Amino acid sequence: MSADTRTVIRSVLREHARLPVDIDTLDDDTDLFAAGMTSHASVNLMLALEDAFDIEFPDRMLTRGVFDSVSAIASAIAELSGDGEPSATGGGA
Amino acid sequence: MIRRRRHGAATGTVRRGVRVGIDLMSVDAVEESIRVHAGRYLRRVYTSRELRDCATSGGVPDARRLAARFAAKEAAMKVLRAGDEPLPWQTIGVCADRFGRPALELTGAAGDLARRRGIEALDVSLTHEGPFAAAVVVARVRDER
Repeated sequence: MSADTRTVIRSVLREHARLPVDIDTLDDDTDLFAAGMTSHASVNLMLALEDAFDIEFPDRMLTRGVFDSVSAIASAIAELSGDGEPSATGGGA
Repeated sequence: MIRRRRHGAATGTVRRGVRVGIDLMSVDAVEESIRVHAGRYLRRVYTSRELRDCATSGGVPDARRLAARFAAKEAAMKVLRAGDEPLPWQTIGVCADRFGRPALELTGAAGDLARRRGIEALDVSLTHEGPFAAAVVVARVRDER
């Protein structure tokens, strides 16, 4: 997973996750729900990630675990992109 | 028919319990999601019945009523103890019973999970006031442990 992908994920999180803390203070494995992301914000996050990476999360991936950290999101995007190196089409969506 | 379970085998009884879930939702957050993601947000989260029930006379989505329904979905997920189960939001829907009162309808993955969790009956109550909406879900559960 490229650093660019994680940068885009962080940009999307900053804009859509309504976190009460600066995303840059959290490491890639920090639990985003424990950091204050609500379930409703995770919906916005999912939709914004779909825009940013030109993907669609299937029903089987609509779990808390898929969205609970930068690392988990990056893994999911890699899986959906098929090659482990998803191409970001924009930041912040 | 009620089957005898391991824990009640000696007496022929089945243990039952009550489980409660609650959730509070910001109306502003729903308004923002509609503004930013529009139809994609509405279609991914709400059932067609909910969208119909929550439209104003002019056909505009009523964020207060949608927020109450999102709170109901979250409260139901707590009752279902969803954990990391994949549960699309539309599989938990608020509908109306034959008296016009709010009721929960579980379909697909949510219905399957409810059966696996031993949930026999569900009830829901919704409210909204000012910037917040809330919902409480109560379940009667078989073999509660």
